[in-house]
Amino acid sequence: MSDNTAGILFIASLVVALVLTHKPLGDHMYRVYSGVRHSAVERVVYRLLGVRPEAEQKWGVYARSLLAFSVMSLLFLYGLQRLQDKLFLSLGFPPVTGHLAWNTAVSFVTNTNWQAYSGESTMGHLVQMAGLAVQNFVSAAVGMAVAIALVRGFARKKSETIGNFWVDLVRGTLRILLPIAFAGAIVLIAGGVVQNFSAPHTVTTLTGGVQHITGGPVASQEAIKELGTNGGGFYNTNSAHPFENATSWTNWVEIFLILLIPFALPRTFGRMVGQLRQGYAIVSVMAILALAGVVLTNVFELSGDATVPQAVGAAMEGKDVRFGVSNSATFAAATTLTSTGAVNSFHDSYTPLGGMMTMFNMMLGEVAPGGVGAGLYGMLVLAVITVFVAGLMVGRTPEYVGKKIGAREIKLASMYFLVTPVLVLVGTAVAMGNRAGLAAMLNTGPHGLSEILYAFTSASNNNGSAFAGVTVNTPWYDVALGLCMIFGRFLPIIFVLALAGSLAGQAPVPESAGTLPTHRPQFVGMVVGVTVIVVALTFLPALALGPLAEGIH
Amino acid sequence: MSTPVLEAPGRANPARDHGRIGGGLLDPRQLLTSLPGAVKKLNPGTLWRNPVMFIVEIGAVFTTVLAVLDPSFFAWAIVGWLWLTVVFANLAEAVAEGRGKAQAATLRAAKRDTTARRLKNRSAPGQWDTVGWDTVGAGELRQGDFVVVEAGETIPGDGDVVEGIASVDESAITGESAPVIRESGGDRSAVTGGTKVLSDRIVVQITQKPGESFIDRMIALVEGASRQKTPNEIALNILLAALTVIFLVTTLAMQPLAIYSKAQNPGVPDSLALTADGVSGIVLVSLLVCLIPTTIGALLSAIGIAGMDRLVQRNVLAMSGRAVEAAGDVSTLLLDKTGTITLGNRQASEFVPATGVGADELAAAAQLASLADETPEGRSIVVYAKQWYGLRERQPGELAHAEWVQFTAQTRMSGVDLAPDPGTPGAGARLVRKGAATAVMKWVRENGGHATEEVGHIVDGVSASGGTPLVVGEISGGKARVLGVIHLKDVVKQGMRERFDEMRRMGIRTVMITGDNPLTARAIAEEAGVDDFLAEATPEDKLALIRKEQEGGRLVAMTGDGTNDAPALAQSDVGVAMNTGTSAAKEAGNMVDLDSNPTKLIEIVEIGKQLLITRGALTTFSIANDIAKYFAIIPAMFAAVYPGLDTLNIMRLTSPQSAILAAVVFNAVVIVVLIPLALRGVRYRPSSASKLLSRNLYIYGLGGIIAPFIGIKVIDLLIQFLPGMS
Repeated sequence: MSDNTAGILFIASLVVALVLTHKPLGDHMYRVYSGVRHSAVERVVYRLLGVRPEAEQKWGVYARSLLAFSVMSLLFLYGLQRLQDKLFLSLGFPPVTGHLAWNTAVSFVTNTNWQAYSGESTMGHLVQMAGLAVQNFVSAAVGMAVAIALVRGFARKKSETIGNFWVDLVRGTLRILLPIAFAGAIVLIAGGVVQNFSAPHTVTTLTGGVQHITGGPVASQEAIKELGTNGGGFYNTNSAHPFENATSWTNWVEIFLILLIPFALPRTFGRMVGQLRQGYAIVSVMAILALAGVVLTNVFELSGDATVPQAVGAAMEGKDVRFGVSNSATFAAATTLTSTGAVNSFHDSYTPLGGMMTMFNMMLGEVAPGGVGAGLYGMLVLAVITVFVAGLMVGRTPEYVGKKIGAREIKLASMYFLVTPVLVLVGTAVAMGNRAGLAAMLNTGPHGLSEILYAFTSASNNNGSAFAGVTVNTPWYDVALGLCMIFGRFLPIIFVLALAGSLAGQAPVPESAGTLPTHRPQFVGMVVGVTVIVVALTFLPALALGPLAEGIH
Repeated sequence: MSTPVLEAPGRANPARDHGRIGGGLLDPRQLLTSLPGAVKKLNPGTLWRNPVMFIVEIGAVFTTVLAVLDPSFFAWAIVGWLWLTVVFANLAEAVAEGRGKAQAATLRAAKRDTTARRLKNRSAPGQWDTVGWDTVGAGELRQGDFVVVEAGETIPGDGDVVEGIASVDESAITGESAPVIRESGGDRSAVTGGTKVLSDRIVVQITQKPGESFIDRMIALVEGASRQKTPNEIALNILLAALTVIFLVTTLAMQPLAIYSKAQNPGVPDSLALTADGVSGIVLVSLLVCLIPTTIGALLSAIGIAGMDRLVQRNVLAMSGRAVEAAGDVSTLLLDKTGTITLGNRQASEFVPATGVGADELAAAAQLASLADETPEGRSIVVYAKQWYGLRERQPGELAHAEWVQFTAQTRMSGVDLAPDPGTPGAGARLVRKGAATAVMKWVRENGGHATEEVGHIVDGVSASGGTPLVVGEISGGKARVLGVIHLKDVVKQGMRERFDEMRRMGIRTVMITGDNPLTARAIAEEAGVDDFLAEATPEDKLALIRKEQEGGRLVAMTGDGTNDAPALAQSDVGVAMNTGTSAAKEAGNMVDLDSNPTKLIEIVEIGKQLLITRGALTTFSIANDIAKYFAIIPAMFAAVYPGLDTLNIMRLTSPQSAILAAVVFNAVVIVVLIPLALRGVRYRPSSASKLLSRNLYIYGLGGIIAPFIGIKVIDLLIQFLPGMS
C-alpha cells in the first residue's frame, strides 16, 4: 500500500467512524441537556455548590455564573502551581514562576492548553491531576454549555431564560465527558499509553548518560485532552511522545476523540431546534471546511515543496516515523481545525504552505468543527452573519431557524467575529514591533514571522498548539499570550450568551416560501464561502509576509 | 364553462409593463446638477453618520498632508481619487435626494399661505352662515377648528367635511386632474390642505396639528429630510462598521510586519510602496480604502431614499421607511374583495336555458331584453351574448315597432315589446322580459304561463354558487314561458390568479375579506385563487384576524378606506389607506395610496423586497470585490522584498504604482457606475427565496469577484502611460 493510499484510508476510516457515532452521541447530548431529572451524584454537587438546579437563568446571570466559575478556577489553578512544593505528589518540583503559573492557569481554564512549560519537568502529579486534568473536563464542559445556551436561544419561544449554567456544566462533565474519556483512556492503555503513579525511573543510557523517565496518569489525561479539545500534553512533546501516543492506531483513536464531540453537536442542535436538517447543514459546512483543511495540509506536506524535503524525498523533519507524513498532517489539521492544540509533529518544521494551512485552520475561528461547544457556537454565529447578507438578497428581514436577525443580533455577532482577528493581528503586530517580542524568535525571515503569527493565532483562538521555535516562556509572552487567551475565550462567550438571550426572547417567525432555506446545499456553500473569504481577506497581508513569502517561488 | 375575464380598469401602470418594478432612469445631467450638493456633503459634521465614508475622508485628508510633504505624481493621483471616492458617494445620495426635491417644489407651491375663514362657534349645525367667522392665516388653525370653504378657495388644512358636498381638485397632491367629490359623513369626507374647492360650499373640521399637515409630511418624505434609518439598514450599518474595523486592524497591523520584512532583506532598495519605515502612508490608506466596503457604504443611503422615491412615483406615500421595509417581510396580505379582487360589478357569466329552449334562443332573448338596460349588469349581458354567441349588438333604434321597457325598482325587470311583424301574418306581439327571478316568474304566471320547477332549481343553484340569477321570460304568440336563467357573478379581475400564484411563490398568503356570505365568498376565493377568505367580515373580525396572524409571527398588510377600517389599519404592519378614505383611516395607516388603488399593495410588497435585495446584493458585491484588490495591491507592496509574491500579480499589472492606482480608481469609479442600479433597485421577479438567492449570488457574488479583475486590468492598461507609472 502506498503512502498516499494509506493516508486516504486513514482519513476515510475517520470519516466513517464519525458518521457512525454522530447520531447516537448527538442524541445522547440532546437528552442530557434537555432532561429534567437529576442523578443522586448531581444533586450532591448542586447542594455543595449551593445552586437550585431547577432555577432557570437569564443570559446575564448565566454569563455571570460562568465567569465566576472560571475566575475561581483560574485562582485555584494559579495557587496550586505556586504552592506545589508545599503540597504532596510534587515529585520534588519547585513552585511554578508567577508569569508561567498565570499563563498556564489561563491556558487551561480557557480550554486553550497552550503550554509554555515542559509538563514532565515542571508540574507534579497533583497539579497535573487536581488542577490541569480537572480543567480539561470543566473547561470543555463550559464550552459545551455556551453552545447549548445559544441553541436554546434558537429553540425557545419568547423565553427570558436560556438554561442553568451549573446544570449544564455538571451534566456535560458527568454525563458526557467523563464516561467517554473513561472508555477512551481504557482504549489508549490497551494501545500502549502509560498510566501509573510512579516516580521517574532513572536509567543509564548506552552512552553512559543519566535519563529520568517520568511515568504518570498519562492515558487518563490523554483521553480528555483529545475529547475535550484541550491539547495540554502530559509531556512536552505532547502526542509525539510514545507514552502519550504509542502507535499509529492510538494516533487514529486520538484524532477520533478530538473530532468526536464537535461533529456530534450539530445533531444535538438539530434535535433541540426540532429541525434535524438544520443540524445537517451546519455539520456539512464543518465537514467541507475540515476536509479541505485536512486534504490541503496533506497535499502540501506530501508534495514536500521545500528545499530539504526535496533533497531527502519527504517532509519528515519534525515528524515521527511511527506516524509518517500523512498521519502527522492529518493529526495537525485535526488539532488546528478543532481548538485542541495537541501535536504529534512539529508544525514549525512543516513546509511553508503546510504550516500556513495549520494557521489558516485556526484562523477560520475554530469552527470546522472547532472546540467542543466553541465550534458549534462559532459556526452558528457565522451562519447568522451569512444569513443576514443572504436574507437581504431574498428581500426579507433575515431569519435563521425562525429567529429574526436584527440590529441587536448583528451587533453581537459582529463583535464576536471582531474579537479574534483583532487579538491575533494586534498581538502579532505588537510582538513584531517590540524587542521582547522579536527576541524570542528562533528563525529569521518570513519563518520567524510565521512563528509569532502562529503563537498569537493559537492563543487567541484558544487552540494551544505551538509552531515551536519561539521561546515563549518569557514574562512578556506569558502575559501577552495569556491576555489573548482570556479575551479570546470570554469576550466571545459573553457575546454569544447575549445573543442567546436576545434570540430566546423572540417569537419565532413561521417558515414560508419566502423564507431563505438554511438547510440546502446553497446555504451550506454560502457559509463556507463567507467563512473562507472573510478569513482570507482578514489575514492575507500577514500570511503574505510569513508562509506565502516563504512558500511561493 | 369558462368565465370571461374583463380587463381591470384603473391599473394604468406603465412601469409594470416592462419588467416588474422599474424606477425612473438616471438622467446623466442629474449627476452634474447634484455635484455642488455632493461637495457640500464633504463636511465631516454630517459625513460621520456614514462611518465607512468617514474613514475614507480621514484617509483622504491624511494622504493630502503626506502628498504636500512629499509630492509626487503618484501621491497626488491617489489623493485625487480618494477625494473623488468620497465625492462620488455623496453624489449618489445627492442625486437620490435631488429627484425628490422637484416633487417637493410642486408641493410647496400648493402650500402657499392661504387664509381660512374660521367659524366663531358651531353650536348650531346647519347655521354656519349666521354665526360669523374670523379670517385667520392657515398656520393659526388648531385641531378641532371649523372652517368654511367655498368654490374657488383653497382648503386651509387637513380635515373632515362636516357639512355640505363639494367637488374638489386634488391634483396638487395626486397629480390627477379630474375633480373628486367630498361630502360630509361616510367614507369620502376627508379633505387635504392645499387642494382646491371647485364648486359648492363645505364646512371642514380641521384634524391636523399646525405644521403637520399631509403636505408637510409629503414634502419631508420626498426630500428625504425626515428619513430615519430603517431597522435592516441599521443592522447592515453595524455589519459594515465591523468589517471596516477588521480591515482597519488588518491594514495597521501589517505595518510592523512590513518593517520587519524589509529589515530582513537589507539588500532590497526602498520603493514607493515600501521603505525601511514600512509601507508608505499613501499605499496603506489606498489598501484600507480598497478593502473597507466603500461601494455599499457609498450607496446605502441612496438606496433607501430611492426606495421611498419609487413608492412616491407610484403615488404611494410611506409615512416611514420602516413601513416600506416591513412590506418586504409581509407574509399575509388582506385584500378587500370588491374593487381589489373583483371588478365590483356583477357580470353575466353563463346562460342556462330551460328544457326545450335552445341556448342561442335564450341568448338572443337575453340580449334583446338587455339592450335598453344601461346598468353594468345589463351591458355585461349584451357583451357576453356577443362574445360567446356571436350576437351582434343591436341598437335600440334598429328594431322597428319596438317599445323598450326600462328597468325600474318597482318592476325589477327590463325588456322590450315588439309589435307584430306585419310581414308575417298571424304572428302576435312578442314581449321579452329579463329581471329578478321572482318578478319575471310572476310576470310569466300572470300572463298564463307557468314557471317550471326546473327553473326554480336553476335559480337556487346559481344563488348557492354565490351568483345572482336573472330569469328571462317571453310572451310570444300569446304564450308565456320562461326561457332560462342568466348567471350573473362578481367577476375576478384579469390576472389576479397569476398575481396570487406569484405571491404564493414569494411565501405570501393572501386572504380575501368580504361582506358576502361564506358560500359566495368561497366561490370567488376559489376562482381568484386566494389562499383563504374571511366572509361576512365585520371590522372586529378583521382586527381579530390580523391579531391572530401576528401572534403566529406573521406580518400583515392590508388596505382600507373607511373609518371602521382604522383599527385594523393601525394594527396591521403595513396599512395602506386610500386617499379617498377618511382622515381616520389615513391617520391609522402607515402608507397612503393617492390613486386609491387597492391592488397596489402587491407592488408595495415588491418595492419593499427590492429595497432589501438591493442592499444585500451590493453588500455582497462590495465584499467580493476585495479579492481582486488584494491580488493587485499585495504584490505591489511586497514583491520587491519577496519576489515570489509576484506570482499573485495574476493580472500582470504594469507596475506597483499603476496597480495601486488602478485599484483605487476602480474602487471609486464602481460607485458612480452603480448609482443607477442603486436608484433603480436590483431587478426583482417574484420567485422562491432559493431561486432569488442563486440568481443574486451569481450576479453580485460571482460577478463581484470577477468584475474588478477585468476593471482593474483595463484601468491599468489606460493609466500605464501616465508619468511615474512604470
